[in-house]
Amino acid sequence: MRKRTSHTAARLPGFTLTIGFTIAYLSAVVLLPLSMLFMRAAGLGPAGFWEVVTTPRVVAAYKLSFGAAFAAAGINTIFGAVIAWCLVRYSFPGRRIVDAMVDLPFALPTAVSGIALATLYSPHGWIGQLLAPLGVKAAYSRLGIAIALVFIGIPFVVRTLQPALEDLDPTIEEAAASLGASRAQTLRRVILPMVMPSLLTGFTLAFARALGEYGSVVFISGNMPMKTEIVPLLIIAQLEQYQYEAAAAIGLTMLGCSILILLSINFLQWRASRFGRTQ
Amino acid sequence: MSIEVHHVSKHFGTYTALHDVCLTVPTGQLVALLGPSGSGKTTLLRIIAGLEPADPAPHPEGAIYFHSRDVAGINARDRQVGFVFQHYALFRHMTVFENIAFGLRVRRRRDRPSRSEIRSRVQELLELVQLEGLAQRFPNQLSGGQRQRVALARALAGEPKVLLLDEPFGALDAKVRKELRTWLRNLQKDLHVTTLFVTHDQDEALEVADQIVVMNHGRIEQIGTPDQVFHHPASEFVMRFLGDVNTFHGRVNRGTVQFSSLELPFPHERQQIAGEARVFVRPYDVTIDTKSNGLPCLEARVVRIHSAGPLVRVELVTSTQQHLISEISQERFATMQLEPESRVFVRPRHIRVFASEPEVQNPPTAEATTHSAN
Amino acid sequence: MTRLSPPAPPMHNRPATPPPRPAGRVIPAMLITISLAYLTLFLFLPLITVFTEALRKGFATYAAAYSDPAALAAIRLTLLVAAIAVPLNLVFGLCAAWAIAKFEFRGKRLLITLIDIPLAVSPVISGMIYVLLYGGNSLLGARLLDADIQIIFAVPGIVLATIFVTLPFVARETIPLMEAQGIEEEQAAMTLGAGPFQTFFRVTLPNVKWAVLYGVILCNARAMGEFGAVSVVSGHIRGKTNTLPLHVEILYNEYNFVAAFAMASLLTLLALMTLLLKSIVEHRSRHAAPDPVTRIPTLVTATPEPQT
Repeated sequence: MRKRTSHTAARLPGFTLTIGFTIAYLSAVVLLPLSMLFMRAAGLGPAGFWEVVTTPRVVAAYKLSFGAAFAAAGINTIFGAVIAWCLVRYSFPGRRIVDAMVDLPFALPTAVSGIALATLYSPHGWIGQLLAPLGVKAAYSRLGIAIALVFIGIPFVVRTLQPALEDLDPTIEEAAASLGASRAQTLRRVILPMVMPSLLTGFTLAFARALGEYGSVVFISGNMPMKTEIVPLLIIAQLEQYQYEAAAAIGLTMLGCSILILLSINFLQWRASRFGRTQ
Repeated sequence: MSIEVHHVSKHFGTYTALHDVCLTVPTGQLVALLGPSGSGKTTLLRIIAGLEPADPAPHPEGAIYFHSRDVAGINARDRQVGFVFQHYALFRHMTVFENIAFGLRVRRRRDRPSRSEIRSRVQELLELVQLEGLAQRFPNQLSGGQRQRVALARALAGEPKVLLLDEPFGALDAKVRKELRTWLRNLQKDLHVTTLFVTHDQDEALEVADQIVVMNHGRIEQIGTPDQVFHHPASEFVMRFLGDVNTFHGRVNRGTVQFSSLELPFPHERQQIAGEARVFVRPYDVTIDTKSNGLPCLEARVVRIHSAGPLVRVELVTSTQQHLISEISQERFATMQLEPESRVFVRPRHIRVFASEPEVQNPPTAEATTHSAN
Repeated sequence: MTRLSPPAPPMHNRPATPPPRPAGRVIPAMLITISLAYLTLFLFLPLITVFTEALRKGFATYAAAYSDPAALAAIRLTLLVAAIAVPLNLVFGLCAAWAIAKFEFRGKRLLITLIDIPLAVSPVISGMIYVLLYGGNSLLGARLLDADIQIIFAVPGIVLATIFVTLPFVARETIPLMEAQGIEEEQAAMTLGAGPFQTFFRVTLPNVKWAVLYGVILCNARAMGEFGAVSVVSGHIRGKTNTLPLHVEILYNEYNFVAAFAMASLLTLLALMTLLLKSIVEHRSRHAAPDPVTRIPTLVTATPEPQT
């Protein structure tokens, strides 16, 4: 390993310059600011830290953030799988446009999606006014938060599942059919297990994104402490009250969750590569 | 169970993959579908398996029968054929055991064997394909030959009456391929299951099959035993496809055939060939002499000699600038002391004549043995 | 009319698409309907809402929203921020890609993970860490304020937060492709007498240009549209520290819906343009490099690609 390092480094120029710049830039832009999260949270001491992150308002926000993100990612996993399947397997009018538009939630600034969703699902909006007579309050409720998180999570499952479905060897399905499996059995016993790592990765990515989302949620949620206050909103509330240490402590727990999720995605991808490919 | 294919055609868009194909595979036989790529052999196999629909009734009697039962309306799932795919199509998320058990586990509840029955059946199959001890491996932990045998065991698990194999040895290296094809032939004879396999390798077909179906451009050129198709090819295509051949342009005229500077007697009671014709001679049917023995022969010059092999291969050019290849035994080569630029006399021992027009369906054919050959 | 079955198999032996299933007509139609309904509810209707709300009171009112000096200031600031952040992250992305893709060294995986961090953390945290570092109540921030340098609640803070959130895009689009290209071509160029910069600009860059362009497009879209992180550091001073997305928020909270959606429609057009460019670049790169290995990865994955 080390030998190879010096070997290749000797061949191409510019390693010292580019790695130096990369590390310096990352340190200034990412590491130094991120370290402040630890420094400020450390200012509370262990007991103070624990107290901050277990106050009822914070716990309520965690529960809401995790619950809504989980629900939204779950819904997106089911419907994202259907959408990816349609995009890969069927041709229908407008397929290419639909395919391109799946990425919209990425490209659209979150403030725009936020106000659009809030308007659409408010009691006077196109969908809100259909829901209101049924006694369903979409905007300014937990349901509204889930709706916003569904919107921003749409591309994740679709885009992680699409390549996996495209890579499926069609003879695998024919093999299952010739062995007597029905379409449903082929789907459940053959296709689903083969794309499961991608499906889980998509779910996890959608979940991670939903957990930290702020812009598209803030307009539709109503922002009531203990009721419709998600964690990012709570952090902003703390900052506005100059509670920097508390904000840092809450932020640090969030960061910990994000890193755990990153690691679990890496684990999933490692698992996916374990089976390899039969040629 | 026998397979009967009656007047089946298949088009992909404007491309004709199969043109009015008729075929009967008797119970228990091992039959090879032999042809170059694009000849329609795989398409025919897939249609028999129900993986591909045939064109809807271009012919009033178009149908496929398994033991006199029309299977046109039965999909792949219910045809109960064992199909081995070219690249095996093993389920890579399942172990060898699970792969083989798959066909049994997906059966409807009333037909499904019990857990222990499945286990013993899989064990039996693993022994049959000589893979005991590998039950818990995943497909990517196996060699090509092992995967091939897992695919075969998986296809056999449901005790199919018909076994279909698509280029079963295509993805294997030469040595494993030779071992496996002998093994497969013995296995097929033991199980007595009607088997149809696709190959583009004439050696494979000639060595393994009871019957060979030679296909070209979506049509069947000839059906026969290995001996028949090799020694009595029904068409120029079959002649060319089943081995090296020397080709001459010639004429058939009043009981003789003329080509190069030769005129050989050509009895044609049964044949309608007249005029332009093509004459074919297998290299091992070209004899070489260092001096003329009075029989009709061609004068030629030796260009190259390849003596490494069971036969010596001699490249020749005749006095009429025709290139020619001859294969002679090592012993004969040793007695003749041939070397490049040697002058020799060449005599075709056995010729085959086909009418010259290309692209004719089943061109009239004839064969003749020159009088002195036997 | 509607073709629900996949296209006819090609002429070679093994069809690339699964064969059409005679029984399956109803199920595809049902699944497509479900997909379209879902996307309409959560994707298309919000998109349409932006434009209908913006034009609710006619085109004149819509146009009037753009004559507001605060709106123009917000547009100018947004362009300024992108003009600083995008080139910086382009340079960073190319440097990082060169070091990571062309050399082997310890801690490479860690470095890749660090580059991915801004994608994994909440935008609110992205903004907050700059407040904690440069804000008036921090050591460094207090010193800077004494020297009359204000970063937080001012333009520099907005630029810094934007650089943070857009840092990964160019790097992570370029690295996998550059890795796939190997180092042989560069070595060939060097043996032919090319200098380091000639080698980079004439050999390496042309090979990855579509990926770089793709990264720049994504980086730019995010730089112009970032809301959460910028919101935390901006202080919302109208006409001074408001980017376009922040201006949308203010207008919306003032119940000036038409103006809010007018500004939002501008950002939406930017997003649609980004999607269009993305489609074009994807098409081009697939055309230029039909090899699936060098196919540009989709923009979704927030984690390192599995290393072969």
